[in-house]
Amino acid sequence: MTSRRLPAGGTWIDRSQPIGFRFDGAEYEGFEGDTLASALLANGVVGGFRSPILGRPRGIFSAGIEEPNALVAVLEPWVDLIVPAPVVPLVDGLVAASRAGVAGLADGGAPTHARHRYRHVETLVVGGGSAGRTAATRAAGNGDRVLLVDERHVLDDPPTGPDVRTMPNATALGVYDDGYVVVHERVRTTETIWHIRAANVVLATGALERPIAFAGNDLPGVMLAGAAVAYVERFGVAPGDRIVVFATNEWGLAAAEILHATGVDVARTVDARNGEAVTEARGEAGVEEVAVRNGDGTIEVVDADLLVISGGWNPNLTLWRSIGGGLRYRDAPACFVPDGGPSWLSVTGSAAGDLPASVSVPFVEEGDDALKFVDLQRDQTVADIAVTLENGLRSVEHVKRATYIGTAVDQGRTSGVLAAEIVNALLGEGPGAQGPSNARPPSTPVPFVALAGPYGGDLLDPIRTTPIHPWHVERAAVFEDVGQWKRPWYFPLEGESMEQAVERECLAVRNAAGAMDASTLGKIEVVGTDAPAFLDRMYTNRMSNLKVGGIRYGLMLGLDGMVLDDGVAMRLAEDRYLVTTTTGGAATVLDRFEEWLQTEWPELRVWCTSVTEQWAVIAVNGPRARDVVSATGTDVDLSREAFPFMTFHDGSVAGVPARLARVSFSGELAYELHVAGGHGLEVWEAVMAAGEPYGIEPYGTEAMHVLRAEKGYVIVGQDTDGSVTPTDLGMDWIVNPSKGDFVGRRSLRRGDTARPDRKHLVGLLPVTTDAQLPEGAQIVLEDTGRIPMPLAGHVTSSYRSPALERSFALAMVAGGHELHGRTVYAPLPEGTIACTVTSPTLYDPEGARRDG
Amino acid sequence: MLLVPCPWCGSRDEIEFRYGGQAGIAYPADPDALSDEGWADFLFMRDNPKGAFAERWYHSAGCRRWFNALRDTATYEFRGVFRVGEEPPA
Repeated sequence: MTSRRLPAGGTWIDRSQPIGFRFDGAEYEGFEGDTLASALLANGVVGGFRSPILGRPRGIFSAGIEEPNALVAVLEPWVDLIVPAPVVPLVDGLVAASRAGVAGLADGGAPTHARHRYRHVETLVVGGGSAGRTAATRAAGNGDRVLLVDERHVLDDPPTGPDVRTMPNATALGVYDDGYVVVHERVRTTETIWHIRAANVVLATGALERPIAFAGNDLPGVMLAGAAVAYVERFGVAPGDRIVVFATNEWGLAAAEILHATGVDVARTVDARNGEAVTEARGEAGVEEVAVRNGDGTIEVVDADLLVISGGWNPNLTLWRSIGGGLRYRDAPACFVPDGGPSWLSVTGSAAGDLPASVSVPFVEEGDDALKFVDLQRDQTVADIAVTLENGLRSVEHVKRATYIGTAVDQGRTSGVLAAEIVNALLGEGPGAQGPSNARPPSTPVPFVALAGPYGGDLLDPIRTTPIHPWHVERAAVFEDVGQWKRPWYFPLEGESMEQAVERECLAVRNAAGAMDASTLGKIEVVGTDAPAFLDRMYTNRMSNLKVGGIRYGLMLGLDGMVLDDGVAMRLAEDRYLVTTTTGGAATVLDRFEEWLQTEWPELRVWCTSVTEQWAVIAVNGPRARDVVSATGTDVDLSREAFPFMTFHDGSVAGVPARLARVSFSGELAYELHVAGGHGLEVWEAVMAAGEPYGIEPYGTEAMHVLRAEKGYVIVGQDTDGSVTPTDLGMDWIVNPSKGDFVGRRSLRRGDTARPDRKHLVGLLPVTTDAQLPEGAQIVLEDTGRIPMPLAGHVTSSYRSPALERSFALAMVAGGHELHGRTVYAPLPEGTIACTVTSPTLYDPEGARRDG
Repeated sequence: MLLVPCPWCGSRDEIEFRYGGQAGIAYPADPDALSDEGWADFLFMRDNPKGAFAERWYHSAGCRRWFNALRDTATYEFRGVFRVGEEPPA
């Protein structure tokens, strides 16, 4: 191929720095400062691209991010799966390949360093053209810290100053509320997402040239006028030998003179303002001849290899519109200009509509509408738009969704306004009747690897572990995520399945002793002279008459009367309680306490402090629990008489200060050992050593779930879902409506909350004792065999019980309190499971085991 | 992301805050005196104006204080913030 590089010129390139690169397997040479597109053009490569749907030959169409045809994958030295060639800076060793509008997945390639950075400035300027430079210089003169970003790799005459920073290769992806702008910067293999907060944001995003839809306007060799000028002036490349210029405005026609001055043969200028038009471009692999309608209506055919077009200019307002900036139509330049918008955001230069006068010629009447391309990347034509209108669509937004115009990688930069004006023309309405479809961030495709930055793996989300965690890891526990906490799920021995491990752990608790790390329980100290009154208002039962040293279980409701959380309150002193919450509910409950105290009852003298992480909690459960704690060493009298159920004592365990509490979530004799977090691991180790002769086993959350379900104890958030009242759970005993008002109390009397046919908590015993119901299975009262069946409820918890030697479940079933003894059914794809409805309390219903 | 002007800490990113809905909905003095409709009105019914809206914010990842704001629901612009118990700015 012949070189199209002109003997001189090119403000961006350095002719002393040749650069070798590969494209589609062939070796080429360009210069430092080239883009991949300019280097390809310089090597005579104009076409060589394909359209994604029709497979038509396509060529380089533009000189910027708006490029719809010349899409490439960069393979080395960095990886970009699909990007327009005009924005790929040429670097030594660049390897790229053409892509027909569709990217593939990365296959290895250079590792990318991705990071996120933050910056605060008074003024952020997006766009480094003359208007952007002027805005930056003016802001710097006012003493502002200024940042100017530009997506191009070369900035002409960058502004300078002590507080002025310029950033090339940096694309503003989105402008968000209150001057928050996200910018993607790529420098070779380093991707940086900049989070910028600016007091003022100036959009100097320039204008994009509008194409004209005429037959054959997609042939290689059809190029926007501004792009042809840019290739000459920036890169010293003549994009054609013999050209026709078709323009609706002065800037477009001026391209003819600039190209002519380089020695290019200008075969014809076609001025739409005089009624002239290009009616068709023809050729095999590229433009060979151009049919022109003269001002008198006659048609003339001109030989040319480059057809330069300019249908006017559209302010580039993608970012402006993404933050809700409006548009209004301005007649003289025949385009949409910014209107309204937030106070901190301004638009300047050609982006603000500072553009030459133009007539509006969205498409040319003559020729085959199916060859008049509107969106080159979606292969959509005037004929495709016409079909949607014939089918009754009127809105540009609907036409966009029917044709996908504007939804490709180029985001409709050349097609959006064009499509709107074609709709306006076909509907017989004037230019500007409807504007282009809306724009949303990101303004430009951005690799996920950049957005993800370093926040993967361990940095994806904080991981919370208890002080005893290292022991669990050493003991090869399988962990379960509970919120951000890692909790031991079960502790398998060598070769054990989960089922075997859970059974062993459950039997240890029922027959001997088990220890569980309960440190993740939410813990809040509620302190102050009004703490008793406050807790009376937060829980359904009375906490103010709890004696110091006593413990009481409590339910907390939402204002709507639905169960929100549960836990126990321990009265540490007259004015001091420690309340526990569910592991997942700790933050919610503390927030809720704060909300009521600050917004409704500011007169209450109460202070709440989260102490979740200050305390390690070891729950020792089982008939040998007293022996185990005693053997661990304590100065507290553990006898049934001295230390009754639901009380606590301060003392020592294993030589460290401890609070011992008689609470049980298994129904067995149990002691909770609360010690300072830093002592957690040593006390745990002491308990395990002391418990060994008694057959102690560590147990995880799964065994805990089985043990509590055997007792019918609910887990808020598993058996409840925010639509369950205490009555639904059969827990009326804990609601004390006579103690005065509490949160949610009035709602319990609402007609809907008091309906008798609400779903109630029940136990389910499958008739076949080893059939296990899946959690979430739907329950019907009669298995009609015909779908649909009236649904009566669903399974919330389901396990195999080692103690009962059978499977069982908890479920929420409509009117369930009245159904005990009845058979209900769970129709499942693999067959129906019949179950007997029972009380949810299946193990030790008399509570004989809790005192050991 | 909004820049929320906490009256205690100054302007901070929205991710530090929790939104608390309409401000100035007082808890009824005597819930028992309300009909089901009256209680449901308190519980569920909120204004949804286009324009100025007095609403509650909680600086949950900051000073952990509740405060009120007058904000334009169409432009998102904060017109002012006021502390619990204060009247909204005119």
